[in-house]
Amino acid sequence: MTVRRIMGTEVEYGISVPGQAGANPMVTSSQVVNAYGARPELTRGGRARWDYEEESPLRDARGFTYSGAAYDPAEALADEDLGLANVILTNGARLYVDHAHPEYSTPEVTNPMDLVRWDKAGERVMAEASRRAATIPGTHPIHLYKHNTDNKGASYGAHENYSMRRQTPFADIVAYLTPFFVTRQVFTGAGRVGIGQDGSQPGYQLTQRADFFEVEVGLETTLKRPIINTRDEPHSDADKYRRLHVIIGDANLSEISTFLKVGTTSLVLTMIEEKVLTPDLGIADPVAELKAVSHDTTLTHRMRLRDGRRLTALDLQWAYFERAKAFCDDRYGTDTDADTVQVLERWEAILDKLGRDPMSAQDELDWVAKLRLLEGYRDRENLQWASPKLQLIDLQYSDVRPEKGLYHRLVARGAMQTLLTDEETRTAMVEPPEDTRAYFRGRCLAQYPSEVVAASWDSVIFDVGRESLVRVPMMEPERGTKKHVGALFDRCPSAKDLLEAITGG
Amino acid sequence: MATRDSGGQSQSGKARRDEEIEDVTTEANPEVAERQQEITEDVDDLLDEIDSVLEENAEEFVRGYVQKGGQ
Repeated sequence: MTVRRIMGTEVEYGISVPGQAGANPMVTSSQVVNAYGARPELTRGGRARWDYEEESPLRDARGFTYSGAAYDPAEALADEDLGLANVILTNGARLYVDHAHPEYSTPEVTNPMDLVRWDKAGERVMAEASRRAATIPGTHPIHLYKHNTDNKGASYGAHENYSMRRQTPFADIVAYLTPFFVTRQVFTGAGRVGIGQDGSQPGYQLTQRADFFEVEVGLETTLKRPIINTRDEPHSDADKYRRLHVIIGDANLSEISTFLKVGTTSLVLTMIEEKVLTPDLGIADPVAELKAVSHDTTLTHRMRLRDGRRLTALDLQWAYFERAKAFCDDRYGTDTDADTVQVLERWEAILDKLGRDPMSAQDELDWVAKLRLLEGYRDRENLQWASPKLQLIDLQYSDVRPEKGLYHRLVARGAMQTLLTDEETRTAMVEPPEDTRAYFRGRCLAQYPSEVVAASWDSVIFDVGRESLVRVPMMEPERGTKKHVGALFDRCPSAKDLLEAITGG
Repeated sequence: MATRDSGGQSQSGKARRDEEIEDVTTEANPEVAERQQEITEDVDDLLDEIDSVLEENAEEFVRGYVQKGGQ
């Protein structure tokens, strides 16, 4: 295992109804989700509920359960009671309303390229959801944005999740991942016009999220946001796995930014699990440096390390890269898997480009592509950073509509490189990954829609006419794959047949 | 806070592997330069296209975009 591990993303989308300032975002988010839920493949046989039985968002990775008042444990259930929309898709993803935003969680995948594929499929799901919502008579057009701040003080997340070995000490994760997170911004940033949480100081920075982080480690996700989040809710066998919940990333449109973000992070996690990293890369003040790195588009800011050295974010990324390369060469040599080789090659190439001239990555990375557009306007129209037009460009870069989103216009012009074909992204809207339990979940929903009454990451619940419902636990994310159960589905026309086959009657 | 690209060479790129950087520069430069030139010529055309899809009344649109927080 190198870059390959069980992983996924969950992205909250910005939502607005232009001209309707009073629109309730919980209502409009529900409209969007329900409109998508009306797709033919999702309406046969009634909609499956989300099964909350195994959820425990207050469990802390450091070993205790949180009892503060900052997060209401009944919140998720209350959302359900309020009738907030929730759709489980045949691709194994979850589309739902999280407070005041529509959110798409990818199905579990095993590698960075599949993560990009099912994450991009989520953008298309959102675009179609808003299109469908607009066809309902009396509805105003609802706009959706894949980004992380309204530039008025609110931020919403684009979280990454990585399955890790439970035995890895959490202190190691904090020590070795913090410097990596502070510096990976150089290629993961989505770009932002404005400095500070409310964006009121004029300027441009690499990331949407950096200014919203206030502490190094913690359980919170909405206030006092930590660089390392300690939520410990594995959705799998808790004795074997932890799910590392990463809240510091930006929502990326660029496929290369997303690929690098999850690929390099997964590789660093492997080095942490294998205990090959050393503590010499610790940053003296990570929270302050997170912002300083984000605010420096020349990538020349020198951070102070714990040992007194002063290094740039690129220097630290090179150090992580060199160690990853050496680790893979030493451990796997020419047998290094193709996914890992690709991550190493792209990682090295992007650091090299950014070191020569950051603008040379303008057809690869979000923050550079966006900055190039903004600088073009600044030159041509002599605009200041506080100009509403530049702020609009920042916002509209992330519009999910292909005809309006500026990212999409760049791709259409050939000005932005992509990794996936149109076909690959489109089919991922309905088809699950074949090599995780998402295959089992997705196939159940596609094949037995009227018999699946609920599902979650680690269960599918059936009503096959027995006295009680039948719950099939899926605590092993790598079981329920096509290889494992594909033939079984092929020969089981009903859910009853399937249950009889897997329980032996 | 720096807001403009320096267009310059970060020390990070150079600091790392001087000899390799030299090689890569010699080999890749013509292609890169040509591509950069194409990109530059493209900018005006690009901005015209962006103008045609931008929402009207930027000030009002941006002011009206207010979100509740999230996770």
